[in-house]
Amino acid sequence: MDENERLEPHDKERRDFLSCLGSAIACGAAAVAANSVASPATAATPAAAAAAEPGIPGYDWSKHQWGFGVDAEKCIGCLRCVEACKKENNVALDPNHFRTWVERYVTLQGEDKARIDSQHDPVNIAASPKEGEYRFANRYKDANVEKAFFVPKLCNHCTNPACVQVCPTGATYKTEDGVVVIDHTYCIGCQYCVQACPYGARFFNEEKNVTDKCTWCYHRITKGLQPACVEVCPVGARVFGDRNDKQSPISQFIQNNRVRVLRPETGNAPNVFYVGTDKDVI
Amino acid sequence: MEALIHASPFTGYVYPNETIVPWTVLIVVYPYLTGLVAGAFTISSLYQVFGFTQLRPVAHFALLISLCCMLTVPLPLLLHLGHPERAFNAMITPHITSAFAIFGYAAAFYIVLLVLETWFVFRPHIVQQAQQQTGVMGWGYRILSLGSDDVSDKAMRYDQKWLFALAIIGIPGAHGLHGYVGFVFGSLKSREWWSSDLMPVIFLFSAIISGTALVIVLYVLSCKLRKVSVDLSCLKVMAYSLWGFMMFTLLIEGVEFASLVYRGREGIDVIMEFVKGPLVVPFFILQFGVGSVFPLAVITFLIWRGTGGTALVIGITGSAILVLLAVLMMRYNVVIGGQEISKTARGLVAYHPPIFGREGLLAAGIVLAIPMVLLMVLVRLFPPWEKAAA
Repeated sequence: MDENERLEPHDKERRDFLSCLGSAIACGAAAVAANSVASPATAATPAAAAAAEPGIPGYDWSKHQWGFGVDAEKCIGCLRCVEACKKENNVALDPNHFRTWVERYVTLQGEDKARIDSQHDPVNIAASPKEGEYRFANRYKDANVEKAFFVPKLCNHCTNPACVQVCPTGATYKTEDGVVVIDHTYCIGCQYCVQACPYGARFFNEEKNVTDKCTWCYHRITKGLQPACVEVCPVGARVFGDRNDKQSPISQFIQNNRVRVLRPETGNAPNVFYVGTDKDVI
Repeated sequence: MEALIHASPFTGYVYPNETIVPWTVLIVVYPYLTGLVAGAFTISSLYQVFGFTQLRPVAHFALLISLCCMLTVPLPLLLHLGHPERAFNAMITPHITSAFAIFGYAAAFYIVLLVLETWFVFRPHIVQQAQQQTGVMGWGYRILSLGSDDVSDKAMRYDQKWLFALAIIGIPGAHGLHGYVGFVFGSLKSREWWSSDLMPVIFLFSAIISGTALVIVLYVLSCKLRKVSVDLSCLKVMAYSLWGFMMFTLLIEGVEFASLVYRGREGIDVIMEFVKGPLVVPFFILQFGVGSVFPLAVITFLIWRGTGGTALVIGITGSAILVLLAVLMMRYNVVIGGQEISKTARGLVAYHPPIFGREGLLAAGIVLAIPMVLLMVLVRLFPPWEKAAA
């Protein structure tokens, strides 16, 4: 079950808005006021977002600030996270739709730039057992590998998300607890957000005709569970937690490591923090 | 699921989700149509506002062309949307930080403006037909006259004031609408190929040349169909406009590309790989060579030699057809090209548009044909030639 379907704070807003609009048409000028008060366009602002809190029993989103860490030193490229994510979130099994993926960086002796591939590379697909199950092919076994490592990727749930900025309807928005989600019942499927994300984290869900992306398993984290990818990682390469809690795994991760974010020059201010990456990591 | 998606092969490293190109040929057609609107409106305004009397034979025709293209503009967008039935969400609850949010309002405003201007231009004809015609057509014209049958000199002078005002508002309206389309692409920081401050300017000037070229082609074609001679002075003014705007467009495009290469930011390697490889035919040969330099040379030659008669008509019309192709290729190279260069700056996606399907070439071709069908109908209902004859 997709939490995007459940978490519909805009639904209430829209109902409010539409009822306001209905009376506003009758009342004339009141329409303008109704629009400015109830439009989801304002949901990105903390005040409006707080008013639109989803009714999840026992969960107060103003008390959390979620964050994600990736320790690339630990990742072994087993791709359990990718498979778990697909199952947990009903992501299409084909190699063109991913909420999370793993990149492999291999520098061969005598080469300056790393060779990069991910599980969707045709060579890796050929080495995978079946659709929805992924493996990295042992394509460098005869080469002189100087350096090699894996980097898990996912939506960065940016503080200044370019995807939210460009959404024409406000269907994608940032929650009070720091997660960027999409209201699948309101998205028009223009894919402007897919273009705007510099990290390639968004894709089009052809089944629902809307855009889709990682939500840090919002349906799990609001019940005190870990995201599926974190849960299944056998080596602890993925770290998740509440940054408001200084003892949480993510707070400790950021405190105890020299972390970086991807592409800080975009101004998006990502909230996935990396350890153990290299100059070639994009 | 497989049947629903059109995944593209790639070279180097591209993000896994990039193998499905989000914006397809329909989004190529969209800026092409808005460009034709702006260009045709420019020709109309040169007569209406700036007093280019030589353009009188095409002024009203250009307005109809602009209207027909504008009425079709929302169609490729609606076809592209995953949920077209929710399209009005963007207008009901516009997310004001989005460049797209304004489209519905801008397009609606401009359609209203064009319809109003067309009504004022053809009001004498509507009134005349309302009084002469009987039956359904008569009823239609009577409804269109909106109960106003005053075509006295005083009323005409009043109409002229409205026309002048609408044409003046329409100039920033049409050009703003198209410059804004350029902004939609130019403002995206995620793609180096699009991210340029010059993008709105390039879109705007290429729009003017495409619209001018379309008016030239359709005017000459209409003359042949009506078996009347082409007004050479009118054709020459349009050719001069085309020449001037083309020079400017080429210069700006050159400056933009030079800046991109000269800046040489991260990803320039893969951009150069793209330019020297997949872009050779669509850009260097079709857009730049066949579609821009060649027609520019032909028009220059015709002007320089003072060519007249049939040779002038054939030369200019042929050049205009090539310019229409060049601008279509420019839209393709920007929209599709931008998505073929991966956001990773380490790889290229090779997009080959499908022929069939909602986002296929056939659908795009039909969308492009719709304004022509609309025009054939409107030209019969509101003949734009009568004033020229008078």
